[in-house]
Amino acid sequence: MNTKTIIQLIDVFKSFGSQQVLKGVNLPIAEGKTTVIVGGSGQGKSLIIKHILGLMKPDSGKVLFDSREINKVSKKELMEIRMNFGVLFQNAALFDSMTVFDNVALPLRERTKKSEEEIMNIVHEKLSMMDLEGSDDKYPAQLSGGMRKRAGLARALVLNPKIIFFDEPTTGLDAAKSNEIYRVFFKTQAQLKYTSVIVSHDVPKILKLADYVALLHGGVVQGCLTPEEFQLSDNPLVKEYVETTMGSLYSSEMEEGI
Amino acid sequence: MLGFFEKLGDNALYYINQAGRMGIFLLLSLVSIFRPPFKLSPVIKQIYVIGALSIFVIIFTGAFTGMVLGLQLYHTLSKFGAVGALGSAVSLSLIRELGPVLSALMVTGRAGSAICAEVGIMRISEQVDALECMAIDPHKYIMAPKFLAGIISLPLLTAVFDVVGIFGGYLVGVKLLGADESSYFAGMYKDVEFEDVYMGIIKSLCFGLLLTWICTAKGYYVHMQRGGGFGAEGVSSATTNAVVLASVTILVFDYFLTSVLL
Ligand SMILES: Nc1ncnc2c1ncn2[C@@H]1O[C@H](COP(=O)(O)OP(=O)(O)OP(=O)(O)O)[C@@H](O)[C@H]1O
Ligand SMILES: [Mg+2]
Repeated sequence: MNTKTIIQLIDVFKSFGSQQVLKGVNLPIAEGKTTVIVGGSGQGKSLIIKHILGLMKPDSGKVLFDSREINKVSKKELMEIRMNFGVLFQNAALFDSMTVFDNVALPLRERTKKSEEEIMNIVHEKLSMMDLEGSDDKYPAQLSGGMRKRAGLARALVLNPKIIFFDEPTTGLDAAKSNEIYRVFFKTQAQLKYTSVIVSHDVPKILKLADYVALLHGGVVQGCLTPEEFQLSDNPLVKEYVETTMGSLYSSEMEEGI
Repeated sequence: MLGFFEKLGDNALYYINQAGRMGIFLLLSLVSIFRPPFKLSPVIKQIYVIGALSIFVIIFTGAFTGMVLGLQLYHTLSKFGAVGALGSAVSLSLIRELGPVLSALMVTGRAGSAICAEVGIMRISEQVDALECMAIDPHKYIMAPKFLAGIISLPLLTAVFDVVGIFGGYLVGVKLLGADESSYFAGMYKDVEFEDVYMGIIKSLCFGLLLTWICTAKGYYVHMQRGGGFGAEGVSSATTNAVVLASVTILVFDYFLTSVLL
């Protein structure tokens, strides 16, 4: 890897009561690249994101951001680090007593000195990018699940962040919409060169977007590989994952057996 | 036996922990009030929610408190032949004691519970986390306007409570029971001094801060509650706790504040 590693998880352990979820996660995230985290449900993918965001403290191990330990920096520094982040939570976490417009406008209003008119233009641009024109005045409770996701995406992207964290950005979207979202990612990624960390179940489609793929299994990251390496990996766990998720593409005899 | 001590220690640790947490919360919120940017519109919105919307309840309770005071004091004072002191007795008890305390209790019940539930729901639906990840300080964004609104609204509501109460006492004492009208007001002018009003204002300021603090903090830390603050039940128990704790604290604090100010 000749690119710079911006975020690094080193031997991160986390357990809840007797349940050990992360058992020594090591994950480098390269600057300006797209790292996709895949893995079964409940393996701790969202948890990894929360650790990187500094919302959770590891029981042991370190989360480094630009060689600073995210749990040890001051509140002010953490704030500065987070200025670069655009985050989509798995449940979108929209502000439910604000309209879609206000939700997307909030980062602009709180973090920039832009005029209401500029804000309106930017918000409308992002909303139309996410195919949400005309939903300005709706409240999150009045949106469909997929629309909420897209509103969350619009909010995460509104400040043109340097690093984006998307937790299942396309879950709950139809194929056409998710393709459209991937196109948007691809286009903005090419333009803005941001670093992105995406949690997704959308294999194999997401692999087209990925520079690196990390499989989380049994509380450990099973290698952080390029999509090609990932598909051809010798690691039995990765192999199994590839076969179950892309079975129809790679092992046609398995499909016939079903 | 050991189990008992274990429980005791566990409880002690929990409450010390919680006290520390809430102390830091108060500090961060108060500091954030003085940190730019200063925005007026969220504060005005909160004054509307906490203050303006409480005004009807305050007028209603104020009127009846004053009326019952007029009734009780008229009968007590007439035993000593001191009905002429009715005006000062009603107004002093309202301004020094009942106005601030009852207004604070009513606002706790009406607005405090709402604040706690609002913040609690923001917490459990990850909206607080989302704010933090956008590098927006929840203390500045959510708490500061509420604290300001609480501190501004309470003295004003108390003033309304006092005025309405004094008028209620007048209605019952003078109009209904026939105490002398001019001595009702003359006594009040003569006996109510600036210190009394000052005491009322200090109390209502403190209560405004106290109730906003307890209600926001209980909502903010809903997830760290004993027994787990999960979902709707977590928020509902946090809200109950907040209202009870705030009411008790207001009454206890009232005693100490009075003893210091007297
Ligand atoms: N706050 C918490 N308290 C207790 N357990 C938790 C908490 N957060 C997560 N867990 C546990 O950690 C494990 C991993 O959760 P996580 O949300 O990271 O899964 P995930 O990999 O994102 O799954 P999915 O693909 O379904 O979103 C789960 O077993 C969950 O029960
Ligand atoms: Mg998840």
